[in-house]
Amino acid sequence: MLSFVFLQLAPGDFFDEMRLNPQISPEAVARLHREYGLDKPLPVRYFSWLKSAASGDWGTSFAYNAPVAPLIWSRARNTLLLTGLSMLLCWMIALPIGVFSAGERHRWIDHGCSFLTSFLLVTPDLLLALGLLWIALRTHWFPAGGMFSLKSAHAGSVAQCRDLAFHLIAPVAVLVLGGLPVLLRHIRAAMTDALQTPYIRAARSHGIPYSRLLFRHALPAASAPLVSLFGYSLGSLLSTSLLIEVVMNWPGLGPLLLEAILARDVYTVIGTVMFSALFLAGGMFVADVLLFATDPRIRTKDIG
Amino acid sequence: MDSAPTFALEARGLCKTFVRGRWWHNRLRHCALENVNLALQQRTTLALVGKSGCGKTALAMCLVGLEQPDRGEIVLNGQSLQTLNRPSAIAARKEVQLVFQDSGSALNPRMSAMQIVEEPLVLCGKYSRKQRWDLAAAMMERVGISPKWSHRQPSEFSGGQKQRLAIARALVLQPKVLIMDEIFVGLDRSIQNQIANLLMELQQSHGLSYLCISHNLGLVSQFADRVAVMDKGRIVDETSSSDFSARAQGDSATVSTPCQQGPSALGTSAGA
Repeated sequence: MLSFVFLQLAPGDFFDEMRLNPQISPEAVARLHREYGLDKPLPVRYFSWLKSAASGDWGTSFAYNAPVAPLIWSRARNTLLLTGLSMLLCWMIALPIGVFSAGERHRWIDHGCSFLTSFLLVTPDLLLALGLLWIALRTHWFPAGGMFSLKSAHAGSVAQCRDLAFHLIAPVAVLVLGGLPVLLRHIRAAMTDALQTPYIRAARSHGIPYSRLLFRHALPAASAPLVSLFGYSLGSLLSTSLLIEVVMNWPGLGPLLLEAILARDVYTVIGTVMFSALFLAGGMFVADVLLFATDPRIRTKDIG
Repeated sequence: MDSAPTFALEARGLCKTFVRGRWWHNRLRHCALENVNLALQQRTTLALVGKSGCGKTALAMCLVGLEQPDRGEIVLNGQSLQTLNRPSAIAARKEVQLVFQDSGSALNPRMSAMQIVEEPLVLCGKYSRKQRWDLAAAMMERVGISPKWSHRQPSEFSGGQKQRLAIARALVLQPKVLIMDEIFVGLDRSIQNQIANLLMELQQSHGLSYLCISHNLGLVSQFADRVAVMDKGRIVDETSSSDFSARAQGDSATVSTPCQQGPSALGTSAGA
């Protein structure tokens, strides 16, 4: 609701540029206003949109002159491919490094990880993206932007997959390098807390090997905040890559949202925001379910 | 010279200094153990008493291998652990088990009672799943925990039951020496007596040797064969528990800081 209201309160609408065109009559603009319901009061427009959204109709895009829902979904798939792969790689890299870094606290591996994460944290994602684009242009090791090359349009599916994989290198690398330091630090902090608990010390005293201690005892103990973080990562899959998609010309939700905002394509913006919000709520729900499944303490009552 | 008796566990000249802080800033050195010599005879109970901060827990940590002493030797059943290679030392360490003061915190809250007790057997690698279950269930029953509660989490047990569970886990590997660090703290008198009786039964049946760290002189004098007094990282006295009880003053029978008790039990023992 807030998104709808703030967007409507912003001055101007999609048809302002048409008014400046002398070839389009004011009557035609007024007719378009009536056709798209922009002449009605704000509350009427909101509840009308809400009613149609509940039945699956998220409105029509002024810019594309097409229903909003299929438009958003076609772009969301590309975004999910990019961010899903990035998130998976992030966790696969950060988890073992964070676990061992916590176990080797104040040693060279820990200091090295701290230095690397600090460096990546202070480096803006935009700079990382531009740096990779520069490397791509200089070396031609991977494409500099886009999702497919023109020559792959008529190639077989294997060639298209290969082409897609090459185009994924740059944006995925940026997202992984951008998300890695935060994740690594969270994992390290959670593991450090877990390793200092009395039951870990007790397990050590019983001769439990170090690797089992880390992964069978300490990691499950540290999993509660990490599961919540995973749920949040899942929920923010649609929103984390907006800037990178625009810079690297990836045809995802980012460019769509930017164009819609600039063009005052209100239903596209609202639809994108709502889709992202639903995804975030879904991610949080998945986190709650995972937490319930992984932590037996939540499933049992304390009898004191 | 008489031949030395066979000791279950010996500490010879143990020294341990803890260093805190970074090399460039606030480097504090605390000498926790200074030339500690201790000998635990087979199938006996040695109580270790002393003021808070005198090094009792540090000694226990060194004996079970959680801390490495700076100097000295630990001899287990006549074999020095320092002369063994790493795999042999790890295997030998399993002969000495430690039961912590706060059992509730020492038990993994995410594991069930059965998982907690059988885990040391999993690491042995020589038992099938059924054998592990049977051994763990037998040990739980031995310490007074019904195997029907094997699926429960530690939070579902009382303080005394958690202590029994910790003892079961420590004993499932059939160690020779059990070190108990203030295990009676936080338990009421009847539960303390139950735990003490259980430990004495287990000592008889399993041939265990105990090193019992405690502040409770009354319980210690009933439970222990000998009492060693520790002060500022050193063993200052060792005597039989009957002699120690006779020298200890007052009915409080609790070791406290000197300002509360004056030059009583510890001062007298140290001077004896």
